Amino acid sequence: MGLISLATFFPVLGALIILFIPKEKLSTIKIIALVFSLGSLVVTTFLWTQYQYGMIGINDESQFQFVEHLAWIPAFHIEYFVGVDGLSFPMVWLTSLLGFIAVVASWNIPKAQKGYFALFLLLDTAMIGVFVSLDFFLFYVFWEVMLLPMYFLIGIWGGPRREYAAIKFFLYTLLGSVLMLLVMLALYFNVQDPVTGGHTFNMLHMMQQSNHNSWLSRFDVRFWLYLALFIGFAIKVPIFPFHTWLPDAHVEAPTAISVILAGILLKMGTYGILRISYPIFPDIAKYTSYALAVLGVINILYGAFVAMAQSDLKKLVAYSSVSHMGFVLLGMSVFTSAGINGAVFQMFSHGIITAMLFLIVGVIYDRAHHREINGFGGLAVSMPVYAGVASLAFFAALGLPGMTGFIAEALVFIGAFSVYRVLTIIAAFGIIVTASYVLWTVQRVFLGKLNPKYESIGDINGRELFTLVPLGLLTIFFGIYPLPILNMIKVSLNYLITLIP
Amino acid sequence: MNNLNSLQYFLPELFLSASILIIIIVDLLLKKDKKIITAYLSVLAVLVAFFLAYRQYNYAFTSLFEGMIVLDSFAVYFKVLTALSTIIVIFISMPAFRRHSEYYILLLVVTLGMFLMVEVNDLLMIIIAMEMVGIISYVLAGFNKFNMKSNEASLKYVLYGAASTGVMAFGFSYIYGLTGHTNLFAIQQAIVGHSLQPLPVFIAFVMVVAGLGYKIAMVPFHFWVPDVYEGAPTPITAFLSVGPKAAGIALFIRFLITVVAHPASQTTFIQNVQIQAPLLLAVLAVVTMTLGNVSALGQKNIKRMLGYSAIAHVGYMMMALVVFNTRGFTAIMFYMVVYMFMNFGAFWVVQSMTPHLGSEDISAYKGLGYRHPLTAVAMAVFMLSLTGIPPFAGFIGKVYLFAAIIKQNWYTLAVIGVINGVISLYYYAYVIKVMFLDRDEEIKAISVPLYDRVLLWLLLIPVLALGVYWGPLIDLAHNSIGFFFGN
Repeated sequence: MGLISLATFFPVLGALIILFIPKEKLSTIKIIALVFSLGSLVVTTFLWTQYQYGMIGINDESQFQFVEHLAWIPAFHIEYFVGVDGLSFPMVWLTSLLGFIAVVASWNIPKAQKGYFALFLLLDTAMIGVFVSLDFFLFYVFWEVMLLPMYFLIGIWGGPRREYAAIKFFLYTLLGSVLMLLVMLALYFNVQDPVTGGHTFNMLHMMQQSNHNSWLSRFDVRFWLYLALFIGFAIKVPIFPFHTWLPDAHVEAPTAISVILAGILLKMGTYGILRISYPIFPDIAKYTSYALAVLGVINILYGAFVAMAQSDLKKLVAYSSVSHMGFVLLGMSVFTSAGINGAVFQMFSHGIITAMLFLIVGVIYDRAHHREINGFGGLAVSMPVYAGVASLAFFAALGLPGMTGFIAEALVFIGAFSVYRVLTIIAAFGIIVTASYVLWTVQRVFLGKLNPKYESIGDINGRELFTLVPLGLLTIFFGIYPLPILNMIKVSLNYLITLIP
Repeated sequence: MNNLNSLQYFLPELFLSASILIIIIVDLLLKKDKKIITAYLSVLAVLVAFFLAYRQYNYAFTSLFEGMIVLDSFAVYFKVLTALSTIIVIFISMPAFRRHSEYYILLLVVTLGMFLMVEVNDLLMIIIAMEMVGIISYVLAGFNKFNMKSNEASLKYVLYGAASTGVMAFGFSYIYGLTGHTNLFAIQQAIVGHSLQPLPVFIAFVMVVAGLGYKIAMVPFHFWVPDVYEGAPTPITAFLSVGPKAAGIALFIRFLITVVAHPASQTTFIQNVQIQAPLLLAVLAVVTMTLGNVSALGQKNIKRMLGYSAIAHVGYMMMALVVFNTRGFTAIMFYMVVYMFMNFGAFWVVQSMTPHLGSEDISAYKGLGYRHPLTAVAMAVFMLSLTGIPPFAGFIGKVYLFAAIIKQNWYTLAVIGVINGVISLYYYAYVIKVMFLDRDEEIKAISVPLYDRVLLWLLLIPVLALGVYWGPLIDLAHNSIGFFFGN
């Protein structure tokens, strides 16, 4: 078994061990969850040190790293095929990082801790699995397995409307994934394995246009398959108008799960488009690129305006995710080097920043037991450390230079401006809206007169700082020195855009 | 082959017949408090029949009793499957039926009937075999004779059954009139050889579909299902949704590939005369699954919900009938095994929990996830597997069904199929929601006997294992269909 498999399945091993521990031994359960999620992070960090920056990946197996390629069900041509390249590795590392941080953030989860941590570790495995799979069937299995723990984590440990939010999330995302199932099967039957001549689930074979048969070369067929796949991914991103599950799920989910939802799950949508849709249907990607750019701009502006109207802090952060994912879409839609690198960098950057924001909301909710923005005021007086960390996160979300968000958005704008000038100018307006809702929020929560109710509120504690500080440092580090990430992704992404006609 | 020589290939059936007679006599000699021994003997008898049938797997294609019955790997596959379903049902019944020993003997008779159903090769034998299963099923459905609902279920079952058998027999008379044969292969040759008019063949086909459709609970012949499933004793409901249904589907496939179609190549069939059978089956599949799923949405009683879900699953399986090739039939045969485990699992949870919960309403399952976590988790797995979510076996089964139709470009059907899957999530997830998301303030733990837990694990393990490694089973199903082409 290779290191990628170890990083993927290490958490679920922890879940199995937890199942055999009596539920009264609370600290043992937590420590196991901690150890096994940390183990995954250690392995992926080690992989980063071994990562070879020059290798491309995308559609050439020999250019992937840490590849494991085994037969699983030979009769149906299903393989256990995993590996990473510049597109997937930042996401894999981010997933294992946020997985670990979310375990720490879940330390005081109120009830049924055994089930919580077992499900969480299963979720962790499924998420890493999605990012490392290179066999479509395997990808699909991980993609759907993710839904199960998510349903329970929102539905059992969530807020007051958790049942509604959980089933809505489940139904919405299942609808998206069954469409993907059909596309997967259509590709299976119409792509020829160049070696054996049989059918194949191998994504890399699907990307070679010469393996497509005549049916799969027809424009209308490709268009509909692309569209079905796109809806599946769009629901996950979520792209307007498929976003309605997001505010419910994010608001009702417990803090750590919101972190995972916004930090990782949303990125799976754009990752899927880049990993699967673009290389398999490059012509349709080109054909529909303007629509995608428009959807991206709608996401940016709609998300930002709706965020501004929110009175619930968590809902505000949730809609800010919709807005920030719009930058990813805009960057992806232009097929310029700066644009697509900016998009993937934004995926990484937003994963860290939004995780911080949800953690910050969690900190205040644990103390005040509400999230009404107007119900606070002057918290900087009673919680100075918290106010400092929170301001850092909010400024990062705003795209302040010196932090990752700025690099990502700047790259997206540079890349997009030469292609869609008007759209980019409209999108840039979103930055102003973002700045206004972020600053207005900071002002209402932390500045002004201290609400007397919160005079004696406790400042952020050590455990909470432990979850936030590493993320804050990463935002600043990669904001000043983004090359480790950019060097990793650019080789793969610059090759990816050459596939687009 | 003549009658005398045929007997050596008829061992499982002969053994079952002898066991039935012996067990009846033994049962008469048993004291009232020892009646459970009949159940043990019945399990033993079916187990032996199971192995006898399994040994026939590698026999070459043989036509028995002057062509009334055929022995082939397809028949053996379904014989083994139905025998297994009877064994599981006996185990499910044992805690509840400790005195009513005749119950187990009736199950043995149904098993014999199912064995015949999957190997018939003659119109008359079809009626005999189906009635053998049918009549005993009526009795079993009404087995709780002091329960009004059980009585109603039985009566409804009889009336619908009689009507549909009549229609089917009428259809058979058409076929006989058109071809002059009752042997299925002879009918096939006659239809192909004389290039008959499509219309009378179509009418006959529709009438036969009515009879077979009733057996497998296909819309619009499903009206008996919800009432019978709710009213019959739970183990019988479970049994009806698996054993006789599997036999019915086997019979349906055999009818389709003889009277309706003939082999065109190594893997595909072509219709004997152009009667648009695939299109008709596709429409019926869509109607069946959609109506099953939509009706299941609002159900309060869990057995009724599972009844409608059983209709929906027939719809899924029928999707793969439309392609008339080995890929489709293999997918159905695979799905039937998967369906057996997950459906029995769900019914076993209902059966073992009803005494503790005091009701068959879904709302009674409130907080089960905290009262007895193992049972609730297993139930959740069965529900999710029925929905078709990985990594459980139901997902793999569905993938094969969809793969079969997508291979033949039935995209509209496939899209309707997957959307049905999403609809079904709502009512399956409702059970999960009630068990885990709704929670009582005080948790009254349930203690479940060891026997119940062991049986639960035995049904749970295949659902989990077939979800991650199913290669051998799909190969077995695939090989069992190959004989149609002389492999």
